[in-house]
Amino acid sequence: MCADARERPRGAHGRAPDVFRRGGWVPMREYDDRDAVDFAIVGTGAGGATLACRLAELGFRVVAFDAGAWWRPLEEFASDEEHQAKLYWTDDRLCDGADPVRLGSNNSGKAVGGSTVHFAMVSLRFRPEWFKARSQLGYGADWPLDWREMWRYYARVERALRIAGPVRYPWGPHRGRYPYRAHELNEAALVLARGAEALGIRWTPTPLATLSAPRGPAHPCVYRGFCVSGCATNAKQSALVTWIPRALAAGAEIRDLAMVGRVAVDGADRATGVEYLREGRWRFQRARNVVVAGYAVETPRLLLLSATGRHPQGLANSSGLLGRYFTVHANQAVWGTMDDEIRSYKGPPSLAITEHWNYADEGKDFFGGYCYMSQGPLPVVWAVTQGGRGLWGKPLRAEMQKYNHQAGLKIVGETLPQADNRVTLADTKDAYGLPVARVTHAYCDNDRRLIAHSMDFMSRALAAAGARDLWRETDDTCHMAGTARMGDDPHCSVVDADCRSWDIRNLWICDGSVFPTVGGVNPSLTIQALALRTADRIAALAGRGEL
Amino acid sequence: MSADTRYRGYDVLDKRDTPSWDAVTRAVIDERLTAADHLPQVATGAAWRVLRALCTCIVPQPADRPAVPLAALLDRRLAANRGDGFRDARLPPLREAWRIGLDALDAESRHGHGRGFADLDDEARIDLLHRVQHGACADPAWRGMPPALFFSHRVLPDLLSAYYAHPQAWSEIGFGGPANPRGYVRMVANRRDPWEPVEARPGEEARAYRENRRVR
Repeated sequence: MCADARERPRGAHGRAPDVFRRGGWVPMREYDDRDAVDFAIVGTGAGGATLACRLAELGFRVVAFDAGAWWRPLEEFASDEEHQAKLYWTDDRLCDGADPVRLGSNNSGKAVGGSTVHFAMVSLRFRPEWFKARSQLGYGADWPLDWREMWRYYARVERALRIAGPVRYPWGPHRGRYPYRAHELNEAALVLARGAEALGIRWTPTPLATLSAPRGPAHPCVYRGFCVSGCATNAKQSALVTWIPRALAAGAEIRDLAMVGRVAVDGADRATGVEYLREGRWRFQRARNVVVAGYAVETPRLLLLSATGRHPQGLANSSGLLGRYFTVHANQAVWGTMDDEIRSYKGPPSLAITEHWNYADEGKDFFGGYCYMSQGPLPVVWAVTQGGRGLWGKPLRAEMQKYNHQAGLKIVGETLPQADNRVTLADTKDAYGLPVARVTHAYCDNDRRLIAHSMDFMSRALAAAGARDLWRETDDTCHMAGTARMGDDPHCSVVDADCRSWDIRNLWICDGSVFPTVGGVNPSLTIQALALRTADRIAALAGRGEL
Repeated sequence: MSADTRYRGYDVLDKRDTPSWDAVTRAVIDERLTAADHLPQVATGAAWRVLRALCTCIVPQPADRPAVPLAALLDRRLAANRGDGFRDARLPPLREAWRIGLDALDAESRHGHGRGFADLDDEARIDLLHRVQHGACADPAWRGMPPALFFSHRVLPDLLSAYYAHPQAWSEIGFGGPANPRGYVRMVANRRDPWEPVEARPGEEARAYRENRRVR
């Protein structure tokens, strides 16, 4: 095996790992710290990698930083839940509030490619009305964007990632067929289908960012089931194997093991570059523009850490909203035991979905929506889920014996943005000597009504599919958003529709932090669509001399 | 393999040298199997005895096979200081939480029974742990750490995740395990690939055992 990717940087000396060939390298352009590049991008996940790729392809000089390692999936991704925790952001963070969230494995990545390296690949579009949730549906906030424009960017991302999905998607405006055929369904997915049909609602194979047919050197998914531990075959269309190689080919530099600790600004409120720690030394990269793409905890943390005398409350924070409106997805589930052997560890974990309650507004006593999907937990996650119900000792062992017979339905449920759910800085410091993030979260009554509705409905669906001994997993969350919300009023938002800071005009934010509302779907497709749009807007502004 | 499994005869390690395991997976699991020889580094002395007793309560193991060295697996994690990426603000960091928690378990036991946790019988240990789980204890040895939170956020997730990361646990519950590059093929109900275990239906235990011995 090669030397540990966490020991020394791999993106160096004019080359970078070729993720498609064992031991292979590809050439990489490099920039000097003193050379003011067009864009310094902090983070290489769904937002940062996509933007780095497109900006480089549009001719800009780009350096992107990631605090994590540059892995070679074919050689270094074990089929093992515990070992693969190396992909997660496991630096300390404090969680409090009435309903503290859990971070780490389920929502944070620390690797080139970010959390797309271990995401569940679920690639969904927003319901069009969600972009105007306040004016059309009566809750949350409006996005400063038009859904028709986003629809075109969604299609571009779906083509770029060869999303495998159905010929006809059952909900929302026409979207055409997905580039690659839908995956075969496993039994856990068929349980969802039977429940949905018994209750008279529609379901579909989930649009997934994993190959159902070959693509270049990558073969189709072999259904090994370790998707959320990292894909060892490159079937998963993570940023690591899609946008990053394209970015390199277009002349971007990616710096792995490079932790950015501060964005610098001058007296004229212009960003001048980033301070970053690499190989034990703090360095400074000059840049004409800075993009922060660290996701909804690390993005506000970095901007708060970058406070100056002129910006005592952190950069881009004249509205006072930076770090506020931290919004998650509710991620509750109903589980049961089937007479059949289900063996849900085979295949991607969420092969079937219903978005019925995202698109139906009748019969709800809450704002917002939810989808629910079939599940495929591996043993460690499954055992910890049992622990979450308080099981241990003999009852736990007895329950674990039913592993191959369990089936479950789990929501991605919209919670409402609340100003008091927020990211702030704690007194504790991390290994870099920087204050860690404190994440404060509580559900509101509307969230609790949505969760109760979903659990009641999923219980009926699971029972109709033949499950016995139903029980509810009540406290999980997933995904994060909202802490640098976009808007069309500088007093009520952190960035404008182009994801550009109102206060510091050459500072941009490109990740889920900019979402004013979260909808009831996984965010990665929307983050990537926004990144493509931001790249196009930057090119247009540059063409007019307005950068 | 023990009597409390439906998958007698199945050993996921029999697939180590088949197309279901790649080199990196073999290396990672080989390393995990050396935990049996681990000497405690963080939970040492009295804490080690408490931890071992706690492990037998949280995941009781059958006597007819070698035990998964659960206490050693946890101590290795503590030695490496492998955190989760978050902690409830009411809890101290990983190692400190375990140090306080193990010490407090022992103190609760001495307070209630006049002897240490490791010297209690199973029933008394389990009673005490139920009280911890429900927050019904208040020895000063907890030093402000909420006992119920320690139990729900450290004891259960840390021990259960360590135990079910061990191949022996995979064999017990009939998990097919690592599958790269071969993957899985038969996805629908009641079908299995020849490299997956057979579940023993009532009356068919002997046949299932024979087939499980051949699973590769």
